[in-house]
Amino acid sequence: MTALAALLSHWRRHPLQLAMLLLGLALATALWSGVQAINAEARAAYARAASVLGQDRLDRLVGPLTVTRYAELRREGWPVSPVLEGRLDGLRVLGIEPLTLPQGAGVAALPDLAEAGGLLEGRAARVAPDTPAEALAGLELVRSDDLPPGTVLADIGLAERLLARPGEITALILDPARPLPGPIPDDLTLQRAAPEDGLARLTDSFHLNLTAFGFLAFAVGIFIVHSAVGLAFEQRRPVFRTLRSLGVSARGLAGLVLGELLLLALVAGVAGVAMGYAVAAALLPDVAATLGGLYGAPVPGSLGLRAEWWATGIAMAVAGTLVAAAGGLWQVWRLPILASAQPRAWGRANARARRMQALAGLALWAGAGLALVLGQGLWAGFAVLAGLLLGAALVLPLVLGGLLALVGARARGVLTGWFWADTRQQLPGLSLALMALLLAVAANVGVGTMVASFRTTFTGWLDQRLASELYVTAPDTETAAAMRVWLQPKVQAILPIVEADQMLGGQPGSVYGVADHATYRENWPLLAAVPAVWDQVRDGTGLLVNEQMARRQGLALGDPVDLAGGPLPVVGVYSDYGNPSPQVMLGLAAFRARYPQAPELRFALRVPPGEVAALASALGDRFALEDGALVDQAGVKAFSLQVFERTFAVTGALNLLTLGVAALAMLASLLTLAGLRLPQLAPVWAMGLTRGRLAALDLARTLVLAALTAVLALPLGLALAWVLLAVVNVEAFGWRLPMQVFPGDWLRLGLAALAAAAVAGALPALRLARTHPAAMLRVFANER
Amino acid sequence: MGRNVLQIDDVHKSYPTAEGAVAVLTGVSLALAAGESVALTGESGSGKSTLLHLAGGLDRPDRGEVTVAGVALSGLEDAGLARVRRDRIGIVFQQFNLIPSLTVAANLSFQARLAGRQDQGWERHLAGALGLSALLGRYPDELSGGQQQRVAIGRALAGRPGLILADEPTGNLDETTGEAVLALMLGLVAEAGAALLIVTHSDRLAGRLERRLHLRGGRFA
Ligand SMILES: Nc1ncnc2c1ncn2[C@@H]1O[C@H](COP(=O)(O)OP(=O)(O)O)[C@@H](O)[C@H]1O
Ligand SMILES: [Mg+2]
Repeated sequence: MTALAALLSHWRRHPLQLAMLLLGLALATALWSGVQAINAEARAAYARAASVLGQDRLDRLVGPLTVTRYAELRREGWPVSPVLEGRLDGLRVLGIEPLTLPQGAGVAALPDLAEAGGLLEGRAARVAPDTPAEALAGLELVRSDDLPPGTVLADIGLAERLLARPGEITALILDPARPLPGPIPDDLTLQRAAPEDGLARLTDSFHLNLTAFGFLAFAVGIFIVHSAVGLAFEQRRPVFRTLRSLGVSARGLAGLVLGELLLLALVAGVAGVAMGYAVAAALLPDVAATLGGLYGAPVPGSLGLRAEWWATGIAMAVAGTLVAAAGGLWQVWRLPILASAQPRAWGRANARARRMQALAGLALWAGAGLALVLGQGLWAGFAVLAGLLLGAALVLPLVLGGLLALVGARARGVLTGWFWADTRQQLPGLSLALMALLLAVAANVGVGTMVASFRTTFTGWLDQRLASELYVTAPDTETAAAMRVWLQPKVQAILPIVEADQMLGGQPGSVYGVADHATYRENWPLLAAVPAVWDQVRDGTGLLVNEQMARRQGLALGDPVDLAGGPLPVVGVYSDYGNPSPQVMLGLAAFRARYPQAPELRFALRVPPGEVAALASALGDRFALEDGALVDQAGVKAFSLQVFERTFAVTGALNLLTLGVAALAMLASLLTLAGLRLPQLAPVWAMGLTRGRLAALDLARTLVLAALTAVLALPLGLALAWVLLAVVNVEAFGWRLPMQVFPGDWLRLGLAALAAAAVAGALPALRLARTHPAAMLRVFANER
Repeated sequence: MGRNVLQIDDVHKSYPTAEGAVAVLTGVSLALAAGESVALTGESGSGKSTLLHLAGGLDRPDRGEVTVAGVALSGLEDAGLARVRRDRIGIVFQQFNLIPSLTVAANLSFQARLAGRQDQGWERHLAGALGLSALLGRYPDELSGGQQQRVAIGRALAGRPGLILADEPTGNLDETTGEAVLALMLGLVAEAGAALLIVTHSDRLAGRLERRLHLRGGRFA
């Protein structure tokens, strides 16, 4: 106990060091757990959305439906359950029949029957906790976490009353677990469950990248912890020795130190998770808007508290501390009792260690290169990332030292010569903080480049893919035919889009038929194609495949693809972001010949841009189209741009936080170095430099190091972006995003890094400028 | 008046401590003409270093005036004090005199270059006389204590300042080395024609200097 007190008293005498250690660890944990919280919240929201009788998660029958027709079908043995959907004051009302609802079809939100009394009797409705429910006055409301916000789940009878649509049924859900008694009746149409929404894959990409970012931020924070713990160990060597010589065993001492570390990690971990909660809560509205937009699934803008991430956040803090302190702990364990208590020589004495470090860094780079060439799968991608970043951090001090030596050799003036020599001497003490800065800036460049490339590519691709002004889907073939007649005089072109399911290279995929039209010839996003590709498509002598199919199945131009009616060669590859499945495009004539039974329900319409809105509303009214049956290209584009702006806001905020952590790391190192600095500066002061001048030079030194590091971080960040775009994305999603560079952003980022360094350097410089002459003079006296 | 390199008039200095202000110097006066050398003695804690710091413009007296080469220090800002230190004074402390990131050669010429008065012939001569010629490329932490102090002496003399201040420059050295270094120093100071104020415990050394001042109770005895 007294031994522990002796250890802990160190922190009382060095409160700043303690603050740095706790703050660094807390911030690292905060960034990590904040990102995790955002991800978890968003994922939970998708799961909720998918669990509520998923709009298109189950096969359903649609057509002219009535209660009588439903009863008839049930009698014939059809495993159907009625659903009534509608909107009431901005709420989505979902009427179900609990008794006939398919079991275990991912309908997690359904109350079990015992609990469903109120539902059954038509008195109660279930809603998400934060749903405004004025419209439901008089009802018994059961708040349910499993529902997405804005959704009201009620018995179908109650839903009829709420929506004032007595006897109506929107659709009949088919129980996937039971066989159908016969062919689909003629009056009804089978709507197949949509495969997982393509855009959901984009949100996966977003989450993956956020996670990578959170981890990087955590790693940066761990650098702070490492330097703070290392210094505390260094300064306490005499205490450790005293304890050892007083009879504390090596194991006992290591245990004590470990206990102390765990205590600190726990405190910082709890604080960090709380801060992470704040970060997530601040960012979640933007993330919610981003993902809600992309996915169409409502993510609540508020945050729930989940026990798992409290636990994992604190576990991360503890694990991070142990990793950061492992070296120090080892030294405590092996500490010789009687070694001379000489302070370790800084500066040139470390040159050897720095070279070894750089060698280790090069080895890591080699490993990353190997993983890039030989590795496969997402983990190889992450291994490349880790090797690249860690290797760069380890090589940094040697490179900086070399650069400073180079510049210093050119310095003419006596002060500039000293400035560079002294900057070099500061390098070992600052290298951890500079590594943190390197990683922070590189992460900024990398993630920024990735998101910006993503945006440019994606919106450009949307421009190509959505070249037509309006897209319409008819509910059935009769309506489709009527629609064509009605539309013919009103538009410039009607381009049918037909689709059929088809196994492609062993995977379920789809085949599209497209008309021969300038819309495709001029706009379609082809990545590779033979000459006269569109003529071949028109003539049915070749087909187009999407990028992910070409990559996954290793298809090149000219390779055959098996289809109904015999194989056709690949004549082109197009980009198809957001779609996980293989896809093939055929000319319309060839498609009709090979898939004669596919209904023609969808059309792309070319309309003069000014007439889109009027036509859309006329079309909607004339054919009573549901939401989603009409897609307006301009709206989609504007919307996706908005989504990306929000993504930028989120990554921008995370970027700023990471830079903040790096600045803190610099501040921590500078403050701890300040004590070692005086003997280096005092002679210069005595020989005729003012303290103010010395402080200004010290600040300049910090800025020079930060600037050099930021410059070195640029290529690293671009490499990081490249790995994310060309390796991780390809492995995870099957498509490769072309990288685009945005030098304007770099400039802004460089200035931000300098500002961070200036903030970090300001306090130590100010303290130096205010150092009392007596403190300088004490350096020269021997009474100490 | 103008002939004095250093003039100290009725200087007082006290330090604030937990038990209140402790008066260290209570009215000290001293004049040092060009080329003159004075030994400053006194018990440990008698204020020798304090006086030297005031003389060197490193700290300010509470009362009284310090004049270096005709310039009254009380009228100077930090920058002015720094300029006086740079141009007029060479200082040798007991330890940590050298800039650790610079080589011996760079350390030797540092102050002279700062003052814009580098004289390479004189520097070479100093290095030779101090036995440093073979060590010019080394860094301070690669030198013995005696070697380090010899570099400090050379550095203080390289710019040919009118006043050399030394605070127990051999206090960290063993006696033989200390004697040798002191002898070298006295010779070179005389050669440069500088005035010297040196704090020392050594009676033998004090005897070799022109004057000897003993501090006791905050004044010269
Ligand atoms: N910065 C300071 N703060 C407080 N007391 C000081 C300071 N510097 C010196 N002293 C005190 O002033 C007295 C004189 O110190 P000093 O001039 O170093 O003596 P000497 O050099 O003769 O041994 C001593 O009692 C010392 O403790
Ligand atoms: Mg003294």
